[in-house]
Amino acid sequence: MIQKEYRTVSGVNGPLMFIEGTSGIKYGELAEIVLPSGETRRAKVLEVEGDKVLLQLFEGTSGINLYQARVKFEGKGLEFGVALDLLGRIFDGLGRPLDKAPQIIAEKKVDINGRPINPTARDYPSEFIQTGISAIDGLNSLVRGQKLPIFSGSGLPHNRLAAQIARQSKVLGKEEKFGIVFAAMGITFEEADYFITDFKRTGAIERSVLFINLSNDPAIERIATPRMALTVAEYLAFEKDMHILVILTDMTHYAEALREISAARNEVPGRRGYPSYLYTDLATIFERAGRIKGRPGSITQMPILSMPEDDKTHPIPDLTGYITEGQIILSRSLHHQGIYPPIDVLPSLSRLRDKGIGKKKTREDHPNLASQLFAAYAKGKEAKELAVVLGEASLSDIDRLYLKFSEEFERRFILQLENEGRDIADTLDIGWSLLKSLPKAELKRIREEYLEKYLNK
Amino acid sequence: MNKQGKIVKVSGPLVEALGMQEAKMYDVVKVGSQRLIGEIIRLVRERAYIQVYEETEGLGPGDPVFLTGEPLVVELGPGLLDSIYDGIQRPLGRIREEIGDYIGRGLTIDSLPRKKKWNFTPLVKKGELLKEGDILGKVEETPLIEHKILVPVGINGKVESIKEGSFTIEEEIARVDGKPIRMLSRWPVRNPRPFKERLAPVAPLVTGQRIIDSFFPVAKGGTACIPGPFGSGKTVVLHEIAKWANSQIIVYIGCGERGNEMADVLLEFPKLKDPKSKRPLTERTILIANTSNMPVAAREASIYTGITIGEYYRDMGYDVALIADSTSRWAEALREISGRMEEMPGEEGYPAYLGTRVAGFYERAGRVINLGSKGVGGSLSAIGAVSPPGGDLTDPVVQQTLRVVKVFWSLDDRLAYQRHFPAINWLSSYSLHLSNIEQYLKREIDEEAPALREMAIKILQREAEVLEIVRLVGAETISKEDQLLLEIARNLREDFLHQSAFDEKDAYTSSSKQYRMLRLILLSYDLFRGLLLDKGIELKRILALPIREKLTRLKYIPEENLREFDQLEEELKKEVKELK
Repeated sequence: MIQKEYRTVSGVNGPLMFIEGTSGIKYGELAEIVLPSGETRRAKVLEVEGDKVLLQLFEGTSGINLYQARVKFEGKGLEFGVALDLLGRIFDGLGRPLDKAPQIIAEKKVDINGRPINPTARDYPSEFIQTGISAIDGLNSLVRGQKLPIFSGSGLPHNRLAAQIARQSKVLGKEEKFGIVFAAMGITFEEADYFITDFKRTGAIERSVLFINLSNDPAIERIATPRMALTVAEYLAFEKDMHILVILTDMTHYAEALREISAARNEVPGRRGYPSYLYTDLATIFERAGRIKGRPGSITQMPILSMPEDDKTHPIPDLTGYITEGQIILSRSLHHQGIYPPIDVLPSLSRLRDKGIGKKKTREDHPNLASQLFAAYAKGKEAKELAVVLGEASLSDIDRLYLKFSEEFERRFILQLENEGRDIADTLDIGWSLLKSLPKAELKRIREEYLEKYLNK
Repeated sequence: MNKQGKIVKVSGPLVEALGMQEAKMYDVVKVGSQRLIGEIIRLVRERAYIQVYEETEGLGPGDPVFLTGEPLVVELGPGLLDSIYDGIQRPLGRIREEIGDYIGRGLTIDSLPRKKKWNFTPLVKKGELLKEGDILGKVEETPLIEHKILVPVGINGKVESIKEGSFTIEEEIARVDGKPIRMLSRWPVRNPRPFKERLAPVAPLVTGQRIIDSFFPVAKGGTACIPGPFGSGKTVVLHEIAKWANSQIIVYIGCGERGNEMADVLLEFPKLKDPKSKRPLTERTILIANTSNMPVAAREASIYTGITIGEYYRDMGYDVALIADSTSRWAEALREISGRMEEMPGEEGYPAYLGTRVAGFYERAGRVINLGSKGVGGSLSAIGAVSPPGGDLTDPVVQQTLRVVKVFWSLDDRLAYQRHFPAINWLSSYSLHLSNIEQYLKREIDEEAPALREMAIKILQREAEVLEIVRLVGAETISKEDQLLLEIARNLREDFLHQSAFDEKDAYTSSSKQYRMLRLILLSYDLFRGLLLDKGIELKRILALPIREKLTRLKYIPEENLREFDQLEEELKKEVKELK
């Protein structure tokens, strides 16, 4: 096919470009804009109407002159070349190598938008991942193929937590091919450097693929970054049988880039100016996790997003929570008390937990114990609120026990070191030892047989 | 006929085409050379606005649009049960067999298997006079469900011939009034199927969930909604209803939700057995799965596809429960298409006709007498999840839904944080079906059922007031009587309302057991109050009675052994009597 080339750019507005007099252009196809200097930029067709085309430029529109720019259409969508050699490499947000290593010889080129997995082809995630972090393993357990985001706020240690999870995660009793795909969107150099240094220090870099779009890189590029990363993840997981952990950080910057395009198009905004299709758009990213029947690999996603003003009802965390299978929420007040990881376990949730824990998976008492710890901690927090208003003296005896429990729980169960990987059995045993401080009659959520077996072990 | 137009504009799922003079509103068209399925949603002179049910990447101006002259229809006939479809009734199982693990585009696969032979048994004789909607014969669709073949709407007259034996759904099985009748029929999804008469609901849809059945029941033929923020357990409640509801047919629509959740249903349901027949539950279930990453427009169609199939089984005389998770995603699809057509937005960007569409959907539920001459009755109950942003109940979708549904299960994230599931708030939820089913409950379950429920809710209401006082002035100020009430309210909450979907013994509770549990807890309140107020016995001693511990474990009493309740009642009375 002959490449069509046009010099009929009629306008530029923010990240958008308008071209006239075109023919045969298809919705969604990729275009290349060539500047007089020879510099090229990539763009995607957002709308076609008659002979007019609306393009969205990934690298921004600065320095473009309407009469000098040439536009070439590629006749296909944005693709990324995949190969096993990608492991150990670092790319920018649009998939160009950032390290000085040679170009990749691609095994094949894949459209970065992927295709939805047929729901009948999905295998239900049920393999427990031991992250070595009690607040996650014990109460909000992660399983292979799950998408579990971290809801954080500015200044909270979400990066350290994500790096720790990437370092320590393993499936009990198995040695398998494990890899990390890391996509940074709009984070600072220091944050990105933290991950890269940590991956290098632990040797994890050898089995990682990194895509880095920093905060001073073009914002629109971020639209493509997670899709590039997931395309690689799908290749490694479902064609090369690897177990891939995908870390996407920070999804808030991604959503803001989306908003920028929507605003430039004068679309009717949804909540807080975000486009009304934000849910669908995020879903096309988050749903690219899971397992497929008959294929040994898996994609586990851990997106990180910072909640503006720590507000969980902000559209980005809100819509994310409706798509993902739970969330790990970080708490500023725990962080101020010096508790690491500052995971607020009550509003945190892992929807797939119950399929991954219990008999033959972790331990038979795990589901009951987790439920009891939740209930007791919730009561303790309530008692604490009461004590703040009325003073500790006004609490009943039992409330005082719960208050004590919740404090101990934070100090002994949640608190741990950044390099401390706790075995699941240890996590559960800490839970049991904490419950000893409560009267047995209060432990209603635990079956009699487990109480006998574990409480006074 | 090969009428066609030409694309002039493509913007996401919306395509505009010229040369469409022959097109009718809501006709299906095939778009582009791949023949993607689309539906006409607006006509302006010769320009048609088309919502495309598949990914539109690669379409461009000049590409053809083919008219079919037909509205969006579903195929009805044996073979529906135990199937999983996408939003426009394409069978996902067979799509996977044909093209692999990912969804492709431009596929035309029949919704119902064409080659499979079904054993047809006639139930009428040659020469009989039949009306539309009358039952012609039956087919064993699954060991659980007998599929009734009805005389199609619009056909009335004498049976001229009728066959018996093994046929495909396209073969003629009878001739009525000169017209051939096959097992396969079609119905446009946006038109409700007609019936003779609509009746008020009278019987409860028993779900085995204690807070629903005892406190906020939904009737067969009724409507319910369950709004709540993420993580409050909507989907788990809906799954439990799909598993345990005493309707014969379940239509479960996963509308814009998680792929893994659908996988859960697909893997779990075949393992669950119908309590009576011991057959897998999938044999009574039809799944519609249009996950959040599948095309948006098909999400819009999915709830109509589902409810039309539901109506079809209702017309056979079955009780059908339709579950839609989540109607918010459907409304968002409506909003997205509306935005792309540049319609004037109403509240929160939703189109002004949102309310009409929501009402139009729920009004298709109901208990009806079918068209036929025999007065066959069936029901269709509709239960929808709503996912309001931030759990905010002023959201337009919640508000429009509350205007039409009769039962409201209000999910509370504070309960969910305590892992009190189902996290349905007992103070803000309501059911307007109570009076409908009162007679039924009194007759079938317990003469005093309505009174027990009322008493329990009163206690919980009072608990909220007392706790408010405690929060203001501390625990030591409240009376002994209220302290007892708090203890009983706690029993109600933790030992009755709290129910674990993941515990084999706890997941399902029969209505009779539910009311026995309530009765016993409330009896203990009565007797303890007597001890406290009339005999002046110290509260500490009353609360230390050994029976109290047993009252907390009532949920684990097996269904086969409900007589244990009688023994416990005796024990309770005895301990109370002996306490001096």
